[in-house]
Parts: sequence; C-alpha cells; structure tokens
Amino acid sequence: MSNFGELDFSQIDWNEFGTATIETLQMIGASGLFTLLIGLPLGIMLFMTSRSTSPVLKGVYSVISVIVNILRSVPFIILIVALLPLTDLLVGTTIGVLGTIPPLVIAAAPFFARLVETALREVDRGVIEAAYAMGASTGQVIGRVLLREAMPGLLAGLTVTVVALVSNTAMAGMIGAGGLGTLAINYGYYRYDMGVMLVAVVLMVIIVQALQMLGDRLVIHFSRR
Amino acid sequence: MIRLEHVTKVYGKGKNTTPALSDLDLSIEKGEIFGVIGHSGAGKSTLIRCINLLERPTSGHIWIDGVDLTKLGKGALQARRRKIGMIFQHFNLLSSATVYDNIAFPLRLAKTPEKNIRTRVDELLKLVGLEAHAQKYPAQLSGGQKQRVGIARALSSDPDVLLCDEATSALDPQTTDSILKLLLDINQRFNLTIVLITHEMNVIQSICDRVAVIHQGGIVEQGPVAEVFLKPQHPITRDFITRESSHSELLDAVLAGPHSESSLAVKISFLGDKTYESIMSRTVRETGVDFAILQGTISTLKSVPYGQLIVRFDGAPDAIQQTLDKLTAKGLNVEVMES
Repeated sequence: MSNFGELDFSQIDWNEFGTATIETLQMIGASGLFTLLIGLPLGIMLFMTSRSTSPVLKGVYSVISVIVNILRSVPFIILIVALLPLTDLLVGTTIGVLGTIPPLVIAAAPFFARLVETALREVDRGVIEAAYAMGASTGQVIGRVLLREAMPGLLAGLTVTVVALVSNTAMAGMIGAGGLGTLAINYGYYRYDMGVMLVAVVLMVIIVQALQMLGDRLVIHFSRR
Repeated sequence: MIRLEHVTKVYGKGKNTTPALSDLDLSIEKGEIFGVIGHSGAGKSTLIRCINLLERPTSGHIWIDGVDLTKLGKGALQARRRKIGMIFQHFNLLSSATVYDNIAFPLRLAKTPEKNIRTRVDELLKLVGLEAHAQKYPAQLSGGQKQRVGIARALSSDPDVLLCDEATSALDPQTTDSILKLLLDINQRFNLTIVLITHEMNVIQSICDRVAVIHQGGIVEQGPVAEVFLKPQHPITRDFITRESSHSELLDAVLAGPHSESSLAVKISFLGDKTYESIMSRTVRETGVDFAILQGTISTLKSVPYGQLIVRFDGAPDAIQQTLDKLTAKGLNVEVMES
C-alpha cells in the first residue's frame, strides 16, 4: 500500500476504470436527459408565470419558486439520503447507477430551471410582443420565439448544469453510486491510494473539459447577435 | 374602418394607478394614413397597442370593420391580428432567424404551405429591395434594412391595417425619408390603412392624411394635416409645429424689437396651387404698403405644396388693413402676430 505523496500506478486495475468511466457517463447521460426534460418546462413555467398579471398565475409562480429554492439549498449529500424512500419507489433500488439518477435529477432540474428562466429573460421583450401582434398563440411564442431566441443561453445553462452533475455523481459515490466517484473515494480517500484517486480525478477533469468544449461550440453555433 | 370608443387605460391597481388613456374616441378611415403625434408619455404608445389589443383597454371598445375586438375570444383575436401588421421602433426581428425566415414567420404561424411562403417572401423581398440579403441575419443589416424587413414581415400575411410604432424614430433622416416613401408607396399600391404614432412633425407632414395630437391621454386636436398644420389650435400642436421651424427664437427677437405704429407683423399661410401664384406682390402693389419677410417656409404636406410667411407690413394702418382683407379674400390664411 502506498502512502500519500508516493504514487504507484502499477497496481491500478484499468478494467475497473473502464467500467467506472462508463458508469459515470451513464449517470451523466441519463440524469442530464431527465434534468433537461423536467428542468426546461419548469423554467418555462417560471418565466411565463413570473410575467403574468393574473393573481392565479402569480400564485403558481410563488409556489414553484419556493420549491425550486428549497431543492437548490439542500446540500446534495443530504438530499440523497432524504430521497432514499422516493428513489426506491421510483427505480426499485437506492444504489448503483440507477439508484443515483433520481437524486441527481431532483437536485439538478431546479438549478437548470432557474438558468432557463434567466436565459428566457434575456430574450428581447419587443420580439415577444411582435410575435403576439402577428397572431402567435402562447405555445407558438414559446416554441418559435422564446426557445429559439434563447438557444445560446439555454445551451450555456445546460452545459453548466451537466458539469455540476459530474461533480454530483462523484459525491453520490459516497453512498455507493458506482462510477469514477466511488473509485476515487473507496480507493483514494478511504485506502489512501493516491494513484487511483489521481487517475479518477483526471478522468473526471477530462469529461468536464470535453462537455464544456462541446457546450461552448454549440453556443457559438447558435449565436447570431 | 377603425373606431376607438371611450377607450380608457389605467395601469396599476389600487392606489398606485397611472392613467394612460382617458375616454378617448378616434375614428380612422379605410385607406388613409393617420398619424398620432405626442410627446413621450402622452399615451400614444398605449393607444397604438390598444388597436390590436396588445394592451387591453380598461374600458371602451375597439371596432375594426364592424367587429369589436374587445369581445373576441383568444383564437378569434389571434386570427384577426394576423390581418393587422405592425412595425416597431426597434424593429423587433428574430435575431436567430434569417431575413427570409423573419418575413416567413407570420406565414408559418398561420401554417401556410412552404411553397406558397417562398413565392410570397420572394415577392416581399423585391418590394422592400432586399433580394440580395435573404440569407443574412438581422445583426448584419443596417437600421434602415432592418425596418424594411419589419415592413415585409408585417405585410406578409396581407393585412388590411398597418400599425407603425415610432417606426422611424431610431433612424437617421435620410433613412427615415426612404422608409416613409416606402410606407406611402405601400399605402397607395395596396390601399392599406396605416396608423402611425410619432413625436416627429416631419413624419406627419410627409405622409399623413389626417393627424391627431395626443396629450395626457386624450386627443386635444385632430383633422386633415394641412388644417392642423397651418391653423393649429392647441398650444401643444403649436409647440410641435414651431419646433419643426427651428428659428422661432430669431423671430421672437425681431417681434420683440422696436416697431412703429405703422407696422404690423402677420403670419400668412397658403396651400395648394396658390403657393405658386404672385398674390403677395400683386396685393401690395394695389394697396401701396411695403413688406419685409421675417421668416418663410415653402414646402409640401404629403404632396400638396404649402407656404407660410411671416412678414412685417409697413404703411398707413387702413392700407395695411385693406391688404389683409384682400389677402383673406384671395383664400390665404392671415393671422396677426402678437408681439
């Protein structure tokens, strides 16, 4: 067993790293997808109701807003534990890749929803007004104006969210989520195996870099200003 | 064609209310270019937004072609809005869409087949002179070009009314002229009713048939442009007109300066073909008074020539009076200036 400060890569099981990397990517992919599917409509709802003059919709805004804020303020590690029963109910397990996805999504979706709301606020109000003046329905305004005009901001927000998911998958490693996070914690943190920890961290850095670069590319592609 | 009936708009609720329009009536004829002029905050922006119900009036009715828009349901209102084009001060184009897609936007909202869209958009690109820019994005265009896209977009679904919200206020004078010319051309070619709001008298002067002056949420004066322009009744209207002829301070100095009892400053206005007649010289020759021109404008209202002279007559009081009577008899509008 090596000590802190003394690296030994000879003992590393690269197959284990292969499996862990795939698990991490699965977690990011699945939770990213569900975060998008839940966070985007939630963000649109926040944006649409925040501008409303109707007292009912203003009430809806307050309720969603408070829920979103609560979910965003609870530390992720506590959220995982608190959500254990719900996770079991939803996916039938609380460990492994599958058991990690519900808490990941429930933590990331409200965060993404706020970023969506902010991105939509950046859309020129005049353009929205023009669309209504041309006889657009609310659905058309959302689909053809808001989402389209806010695309760069939405993609930037999605990138930030997915990157945050990467670090959350690692934290989920504390409770046996699998993936690179579990590897780094079990070997590196508990067993002082610096080599394993370092490789796990480097792999996560590479994943984050790749995601960020992809996000930046997409943002540039959709920017027309 | 368009009739606003007792339209009142109040912003806010409870104690913090701001009235924007108060019991406003307005009637606009088919095929005319109707201008509404007012200072910022006078309510003109609210007024034009009430016409297509972007702002729902607190009370009152908006009639277009005999239909009360305030009574329409959501779907019917959306359908009606497709026949009311609107252009804006800041153009409000989709920045993420090309010129072509911007113009096609209203047609796609109405689910027009893509083949028909192509024909229509090509037609409009030609009308506004932007054939070469179809695949550009708004950020690559000049202000004038953006407004042309705005106009093409507003016309794409073949509207019967075009609302112009300060459409030239963000443009330089030359570009303003070219956009106004385009609006006039569209108005004549398609018999399109145009309602425009502005704070610039020259916009009213160049293309409008009738004008209404709005102040503190109400219409203080309205009528044919020539009438309002040459014989303004309300102080606000006069303010807009003297602002346009920018040398009013110079004139004030002359009027306030020394003058004898045998001289009189008079404002003479004439319209139409009289502009080109030698009425003044013939009249003074008959009555024997002299005159000095203190200020003069010869220009056009839309395409009608008009002139306005401020002159000082020198001579015997009864000869001056006789001169004024003769000028009035020949159809000139004569107004004695107070000094």
